[in-house]
Amino acid sequence: MIEYAWLIPVLPVIAFALIIAFGRKLHGEGASVAIGGMLASLVISFTIAAQWFLGGASKLHDGLYSVVIPWMPVAGKTIDMGFSVDALTIVMLIVVTVVASMIMIYSIGYMHGDKRYPRYFAYLSLFSAAMLALVVANNILLMFMSWELVGLTSYLLIGFWFEKPSAMRACKKAFLVTRVGDVGFLAGMILLYLQTGSMNLFGEAGVFEHLNEIQGFVHVGPWMIPLIALAGLLLFCGAVGKSAQFPLHVWLPDAMEGPTPVSALIHAATMVAAGVYLIARMYPVFLADTSHIALNVVAYTGAFTALFAASIGIAQNDIKRILAYSTVSQLGYMVMALGVFGYAAAMFHLMTHAFFKAQLFLGSGSVIHGTGTQDIREMGGLRKKMPWTYWTFLISTLSLCGIPFVTAGGWSKEEILTVAFFTNKPVFIAAVIGAFTTAFYMFRLVYKTFHGEPRNHEIHVHESPKVMLVPMVVLATLAVVAGYVGTPFANGFEHNLAPVLGEHYEKALKTALESSGFHAGFHWNIFWIGTLAALSGIGLATIIWLKPILKIEKLEPAFGWLAKIVENKYYIDEIYQATIIRALMLAAAMYWFDKWVIDYCIVNGVGYLSLILAQIWGWFDNNIIDGLVNLSGWMTGFGGRVLRQFQTGVSQQYIFLMVVALVLMSIVFLVGHLSEVKWVIGFFQQ
Amino acid sequence: MAIHSVGYAIPVTWFLTVGAMLFCIGLFGMMVRRSAIGMLLSIELLLNAANINLVAFGSYLKIPVIAGQIFTVFVITLAAAEAAVGLAIVINIYRNEQHIDADKISAMKL
Repeated sequence: MIEYAWLIPVLPVIAFALIIAFGRKLHGEGASVAIGGMLASLVISFTIAAQWFLGGASKLHDGLYSVVIPWMPVAGKTIDMGFSVDALTIVMLIVVTVVASMIMIYSIGYMHGDKRYPRYFAYLSLFSAAMLALVVANNILLMFMSWELVGLTSYLLIGFWFEKPSAMRACKKAFLVTRVGDVGFLAGMILLYLQTGSMNLFGEAGVFEHLNEIQGFVHVGPWMIPLIALAGLLLFCGAVGKSAQFPLHVWLPDAMEGPTPVSALIHAATMVAAGVYLIARMYPVFLADTSHIALNVVAYTGAFTALFAASIGIAQNDIKRILAYSTVSQLGYMVMALGVFGYAAAMFHLMTHAFFKAQLFLGSGSVIHGTGTQDIREMGGLRKKMPWTYWTFLISTLSLCGIPFVTAGGWSKEEILTVAFFTNKPVFIAAVIGAFTTAFYMFRLVYKTFHGEPRNHEIHVHESPKVMLVPMVVLATLAVVAGYVGTPFANGFEHNLAPVLGEHYEKALKTALESSGFHAGFHWNIFWIGTLAALSGIGLATIIWLKPILKIEKLEPAFGWLAKIVENKYYIDEIYQATIIRALMLAAAMYWFDKWVIDYCIVNGVGYLSLILAQIWGWFDNNIIDGLVNLSGWMTGFGGRVLRQFQTGVSQQYIFLMVVALVLMSIVFLVGHLSEVKWVIGFFQQ
Repeated sequence: MAIHSVGYAIPVTWFLTVGAMLFCIGLFGMMVRRSAIGMLLSIELLLNAANINLVAFGSYLKIPVIAGQIFTVFVITLAAAEAAVGLAIVINIYRNEQHIDADKISAMKL
């Protein structure tokens, strides 16, 4: 079955093409086709996973199954295209296909009656195809293409309701901000290609085999940076854009303008995880840099983002925005884990996060569907009216908070904390504070939404249809059970994932971990720190919002100023507005000056002046000069017309005129020669 | 040859008067006759009026030449030729237009 792995991204592409071509004529207005394609990919993915992990295919193929076909010859070299299957790929395939098919099923209910219903499913299929292609690609160029395609579908889906101006702005913002990171990815790709001469990742001629040959340095200001670290940093730029890390996190909360299932699939579970996946896929590049510059940047960026986004999450009132900041924060966790050598931990958290965050978004979609609002201040008391939504939402929230032993999130967070504890203490502290904050704002969300009394009685709440509840239940189940593949007691996940790096880099990773005193397994001290952080966050939220022992009004004077900063997201958007956008506006003003003053007034002015002068001359020429010419012509014509009156063609008139003329001439002659006439008369009279 | 008629009673004025009257009749006919045949006839009158003048002047000349009479013979010859050509034209016009009304013949007019 592994040889058919290429079918996994191809099937959704076919679904996309069919829906675009036939639209509403298809069964279920295209939804059945999209879901059918996705479920087929899901089946193939699970079959491959079963063969790989249970059927011994992993050993048969030595940990990597890769197929390469020549793609295009460029400058004497051939760029290949192909797909590869290894443990990392399979994890991502399962995450993407499971979440995508659940969300497509959910969308039948959520998008019911939308006027662009088939197109929605077409876009979802295209997105899934691009994401799956990104995962199975064994070639940086192919990865980059899928990466961009993923960005495009994200743009299309955020702006799906493009009648809303906010959605229009959000999709533009998302596209442009992620492009900033993509430039880094592109530059990193070019750098790797120039240094290793290959686009392929694996194999004898592949990038990973030649990383040790990259020995150069670049001077950046006073620092010397190894080229390999630069390559890592550039690739990380791409991840920063796509995975919404600080400072390019600004697009993700705005991306919530899209339909909620889209937020669940793209902006929570899969696409934003693509940045994490990219770092994981290119992890040998980061490990080959023995100075670990790039990895430290990754770790601190991730830790800062995790803490920073979590703190913003406290003061938001839009249910989807809270989840968006939570996503940014959790992505920060994954990036941070990668930065502190927690390779398997990051991927494990990616998987569990995909399930519980997708469920949380679907739950929030269900709440929005049932109440018609996104503002948690207008909700309250939904627990009784939407029991299924409430319980699944609560399970996922507990998983996100990292409640140990029971939930999947507990296991993955535990693992990240363990790695961070040994390798990087500041990052560990940030992660613990992040865990506390996460628990705090998530329970604030749960209490305000589902507990207490309904705050707005005009809203008629109803539970969502079954087609929406079933995916939520499935994902909530996964949010619990998915963790058992990677418990510290029997860590099958890490055991299977480690060989992905290849022998050399697996050893490098192990050396780096062991030099920091890390030893795998279950550590009670770390367990207690993590658990206490989460529980105290929940407890604080409880005494503020569920049982108001701490009155929010009393906290107001002490923390009001802080709340205001946090509520405004640390004014990051405003800072960008004031610096980058202002600079761009200045450029725009210069452009305006150039366009209107230089081009329009001066250049075009001279042109217009010439034109006007030419028009005056033209008028003079046409009317005065030509008029004189025409006048002479007209005069001639007039003379001709007058004289023509005599040319009647009637010979009698000619004769008459001749006679008249003769008579007149005779008279004139005779008068002039009167003396001769007298002489003649006299002659005759003699 | 004493053909000097100076001594004759009839003065030259009378001949000239007859010639002038004939000329006027011919001219009038030219102007008023619609028929091409009539116009040809009028031309004959004009030519003959001129002939009378020529003959009259010739006979009243004091030198013994007969230039006037000879010129008249030429004119008569010319008139015959002219009549032949003119009648041929008239016949052709009649064949084409079924009439010989000079006023209505305007095929060559612009």
